[in-house]
Amino acid sequence: MTGATDRLIESLVESAGPVHRLRPPAVRATLFLLAVAALGALTILLFSDLSVFARRASDPKLDWELAGTLLTGIFAVVAAFELSLPDRSPLWALLPLPPFALWVASTGYSCYRHWLAFGPDGWEIGESAQCFRFILAVGVPLGVSLLVLLRKARPLAPARVAALGGLGVAALAAFLLQFFHPFDVTFMDLSVHLVVVGLVTAVSTLAGRTYVR
Amino acid sequence: MTGSSDHDSASALDWSRLMAAAQDGDRVAYDRLLRQVLPFIRAIAARQHRSPDRIEDVVQDVLLTIHRVRHTYDPSRPFEAWLAAIARRRSIDLLRRHGRIGAAETWEAGAYETFADPRANKEKEGRDATSTLGRALRGLPPGQREALELVKLRELSLAEASRQSGKSVGALKVNVHRALKALRTRLKGETS
Repeated sequence: MTGATDRLIESLVESAGPVHRLRPPAVRATLFLLAVAALGALTILLFSDLSVFARRASDPKLDWELAGTLLTGIFAVVAAFELSLPDRSPLWALLPLPPFALWVASTGYSCYRHWLAFGPDGWEIGESAQCFRFILAVGVPLGVSLLVLLRKARPLAPARVAALGGLGVAALAAFLLQFFHPFDVTFMDLSVHLVVVGLVTAVSTLAGRTYVR
Repeated sequence: MTGSSDHDSASALDWSRLMAAAQDGDRVAYDRLLRQVLPFIRAIAARQHRSPDRIEDVVQDVLLTIHRVRHTYDPSRPFEAWLAAIARRRSIDLLRRHGRIGAAETWEAGAYETFADPRANKEKEGRDATSTLGRALRGLPPGQREALELVKLRELSLAEASRQSGKSVGALKVNVHRALKALRTRLKGETS
């Protein structure tokens, strides 16, 4: 053993006190998701027009979209908590990909139908700016609180963990958005949804590089 | 083989127990654990690094990381996998760091010879002294220079030098003496 390593061990041992073990990642992810669910349910009950949503929900394709966004959100958050620990398989990062594909595919199909019905008019910005603000307004506070929780594990690959967390909260925000979205998704909507999800994920990744370590 | 794998699993179990005790604040257990895992970390670092200094850098990085994230270890899971993941990650991090530095910087020995500590500048001073001495030698009269080269630099005996140069031993002696005196004066003048 070199002298420097020996001295390092001595100083680490000297500064070592008892530590609180982190709870298992599945438990931590579940608690976070339950908190989001409670806040989301409250917001929906207080502010959304459920009769409009019920009318839209009668279309089975919306169910696919909802399932895609919700599962992307849940799986990405679970994967972020798992990967914040050193000894978890990197394959966890792939978990949110199937529901993400389902989300994009089902929304894409809606857009296609919308295109057939409305043609180029579907490209108008219209309500899309509203969607942008909504996902950002919900996604950013959720993202900040998630990063605070993920940081407790001092992840070895902070950018990857934060990217998954960002994708998770942006998808959850997009899921909540459906309850405040009185119309089907247009081309522009899909682009805006994906851009803002990408934006939240990118900002989260950057934050991860400096903050989550 | 069985004996060795029994020993390995026993030590892994032991490490797991030591880490659990360290998490509860047992410093003796922590000290034992950190010392026991050193060969394991070195073996992982040696897969990516050849230089012993670099391997030791990885070891120290891994020790610091273990200390920072020791609250994330779950004693119901294998300790070796937890430690190996940290060691692999830190080893690759160091590889990347050196890769980045290597891509952006060029080795120039002279650039490092500007430290306040005179010992650190030895190499540069050595090169400077060689060129100063060369200049001073070239400034000597041909007879003195030849005598100095034969007797002092090529280290020939006076008799051999006399045979090679065709000059008497006495003349060589006088020329060497004068040459050394002239050099001493000249070098003193250059350094002062």
